[in-house]
Amino acid sequence: MYIIVIGAGKVGWNLARELLEKDHEVTVIESSRRRYLTVEQELEHNVSYGDASELWVLERAGIQRADMVIAVTGDDEDNMLICQVAKEKYDVERIIARVNNPRNKPHFDLLGIKPSVSATDLILRLLEHEVPEYGLVHLLDLQEEQLEIIEMLLGKDCGVTGRRVGDLQMPEGSLLISVLRQGKGFVPGPDTVLEVGDEVLAVLDPGHEEQLKALFGPGDGSGGNGVSGGG
Amino acid sequence: MLREGHEVSCLDEDPESHARLEVGLDRGWEDLGGQFTVGAGLETDALVAAGIEKADAFIASTDGDNTNIVIAQIAQRRYEVPTVIARILDPLRAEWYERQGMHTVCPTRVAIDMLETAVREGAPRGSAGPSNGSAEAA
Repeated sequence: MYIIVIGAGKVGWNLARELLEKDHEVTVIESSRRRYLTVEQELEHNVSYGDASELWVLERAGIQRADMVIAVTGDDEDNMLICQVAKEKYDVERIIARVNNPRNKPHFDLLGIKPSVSATDLILRLLEHEVPEYGLVHLLDLQEEQLEIIEMLLGKDCGVTGRRVGDLQMPEGSLLISVLRQGKGFVPGPDTVLEVGDEVLAVLDPGHEEQLKALFGPGDGSGGNGVSGGG
Repeated sequence: MLREGHEVSCLDEDPESHARLEVGLDRGWEDLGGQFTVGAGLETDALVAAGIEKADAFIASTDGDNTNIVIAQIAQRRYEVPTVIARILDPLRAEWYERQGMHTVCPTRVAIDMLETAVREGAPRGSAGPSNGSAEAA
């Protein structure tokens, strides 16, 4: 694949290095002369000097034949517009943009820049994943497909432990897809009995989280804060 | 535009730029019905405080092309302001965004055209215009 990475900061440089190791063709575009000269010592002809906001710089890097453009500069407006131009003017099939300030995320969405990745969001999700108090973790949002995948950790006070999966009144539009028990994962059948400490993955239509929370919450399944929302 | 009787609201990151608005006015900016908001153009709160929701026209003319292009699209798509104009210095991008339906003003293009005209009109061949040297320098 031919991949253009915009911005040779820590993220861009390391990303380029990894992609090159995976045998992709890579061009990194960096607008600071100093930074360019530093990075060029290692990446040599794979780094190019210029402001990627300017169309001729993108064209010089061969954007017309690029399969993917990844914009990871420290400037959200730059990342947004470089991806917009890549997608809409040069028909680049895949774009990825970095969001520096999470408050700008709605602007990325408004301009149709998908996916956009925010380090703050990633750390938050990791935090939710690592800290068991957050019972319900948003793993994946398939916006186009209108599906979500969430993870729930079944605590001591959870209302569904000791019950058969087949007996659960799963909300319509939701499905248990796997159970992780003592480090091993399996697909549950109707006879699977849920245990304390199980990590359960469910796929669902957006908007069913509350119902799932109520079902997998503490006690009699009447809801509560044993399972809290994530994402 | 304020003098013509329009309602004008300015948004700027720098509180000091308020003073610039009043240069050449016989009364204060607010006394004449003007509005001034301090804030960044990418912050939706600031845009709303400046009155974007009821604006008939929106002009994005910060000193950054990228900021202007982004804010203009926010004004167009999110707030559906009927008339949106963006200042874009880069002629190539101004041209492309214009073709995408954005109303753009490119000061670089305007300056190039004016300079070209000035050169052609100011130094006709054989006339007693500026010397060859200065025409080339221009």
